[in-house]
Amino acid sequence: MKDSGQHFVADHVVGLPRSGIRDFFAIVAAMPQAISLGIGEPDFVTPWHIREAAISALKKGKTSYTDNLGLIRLRQEINKYVEDSYGLSYHPEKEILVTVGVSEALDIALRAVLNPGDKVLYHEPCYVSYSPSIVLAHAQPIGVKTDVKDAFGIDPVKVAEAWEPGCKVLLLNFPTNPTGGVTERKKLEQLAKFAVEKDLLVISDEIYSELTFEGEHVSIATLPGMKERTIFLHGFSKAFAMTGFRIGYACGPQVLIEAMMKVHQYSMLCAPILSQEAAIEALKNGKSSVLKMKEAYHKRRDLIVRRFNEVGLSCHNPKGSFYAFPSIESSGMNSMDFCKGLLDAEEVAVVPGTAFGPSGAGFVRASFSTSYERILEATNRIERYLNKIG
Amino acid sequence: MNSVLQILLAGERLDTAQMAQILGLKEADVNVELSRLKSEGTLLGWRAILNPEKIEDGLVRAVIEVRLSPERDGGFDRIAEHIGEFDAVESCYLMSGKYDLLIFAKGEDLRSIASFISERLASVEGVLSTATHFRLRTYKEHGQVLNDSGTNGDKLPVSP
Repeated sequence: MKDSGQHFVADHVVGLPRSGIRDFFAIVAAMPQAISLGIGEPDFVTPWHIREAAISALKKGKTSYTDNLGLIRLRQEINKYVEDSYGLSYHPEKEILVTVGVSEALDIALRAVLNPGDKVLYHEPCYVSYSPSIVLAHAQPIGVKTDVKDAFGIDPVKVAEAWEPGCKVLLLNFPTNPTGGVTERKKLEQLAKFAVEKDLLVISDEIYSELTFEGEHVSIATLPGMKERTIFLHGFSKAFAMTGFRIGYACGPQVLIEAMMKVHQYSMLCAPILSQEAAIEALKNGKSSVLKMKEAYHKRRDLIVRRFNEVGLSCHNPKGSFYAFPSIESSGMNSMDFCKGLLDAEEVAVVPGTAFGPSGAGFVRASFSTSYERILEATNRIERYLNKIG
Repeated sequence: MNSVLQILLAGERLDTAQMAQILGLKEADVNVELSRLKSEGTLLGWRAILNPEKIEDGLVRAVIEVRLSPERDGGFDRIAEHIGEFDAVESCYLMSGKYDLLIFAKGEDLRSIASFISERLASVEGVLSTATHFRLRTYKEHGQVLNDSGTNGDKLPVSP
């Protein structure tokens, strides 16, 4: 075959860029001794009581499919948790869908609501999958840049400026991966008003919400008129350190959950039962583990942000998540060259800001989901690197 | 809790300069605080956590349950403090339940522990009886689970 099968690949997939993080991963993977601040997941292992629940379920022979929506016991626990934590209430039988991580939840939400050519507003820098997931749903992504001067919170004025006819969805993720930005209540209220005015559906990915270090976390779904036009996405990966369990959920109006369920049942069928059992245990008894991990992230955040500012990389204070997003402007380099140079010279891996969209240019993402010792050693090496190139 | 103590308890090997960096203090202030903790008897000392399965020191370790007859004035305290002075005693606790003191003891071999119990411990005035259990294997030491399987070997060095 002359093109090795390339002509079989769908046009819209050919057009998708490879995740910038994958390219960088290949370089770091070849240097196992490097200190990596590039890890987008907790450095904690899943708390034992949660792992044990999965083991126990396996021992009991729980190896079957579940209801497409997920185990009803889990959906009931999700409802309780979401009510306690966010002040939102959803009917466990009709308004909650258990998914394979938030990634699947986001994908099926987009596929369930978008027609070809619809437009989706999202903020950038953002998680690597947002723009590609929109394209895979045959829709058009419209990025709205968030700025360091707004601490990477979204500016409703910019959203209004970016809006154009055909916009159907507003996709939010606060606290944000990679910036740690949050959006305060007042701005969310303006956004909510705008969403109602323009009849936008909001998809809100709140996976990092438990890891909010300062101020209150406000879900846009709690604002007047928003619950009926918001799909609330959440999961267990970050707060409960359960990334490998691949388990998340979506809450929203019955009609939308039903539509998502159709896509889910024909693609995924259901989330793995062992992960669902582990998730029930996490929600029932995991609160103290979450708080303990949050406290550790909080202290590490204070350290890494202070160290970046001390060594000459201006770094805003991320109010949530476990990522710092320092500016590398002072180095005079672009993000990729900075990261490759740092890895080469000092064997420290941080992720180029551009992996999270073009508006991440001039920044790098450094995860503080690692030990004090490694944060100190990495930032000392970064200081040495800056002195060398400066 | 005192912030210096919190850093100590986090379990990482950090020198005072690193502790100062983490806490945003001057190194001298950390040293002052450590001296204070030591002089008031909060910080008793420093010790590495080692895997007993990998140390070939040949030491034998035992747990000894001791029943005591309390004294009119001092209760168990005087006897417990007396017993705690023996080098063979690594830790000593007053317990609720069927016995009074729980002793973690070490000796060069089985015989040295046996002679500690029969010649020293049992002859302390107020000691009514002892029951000794020898440690066979360690599975967890000071919060560290000892297995070679590890948990993070497959974690990606960079992930989104």
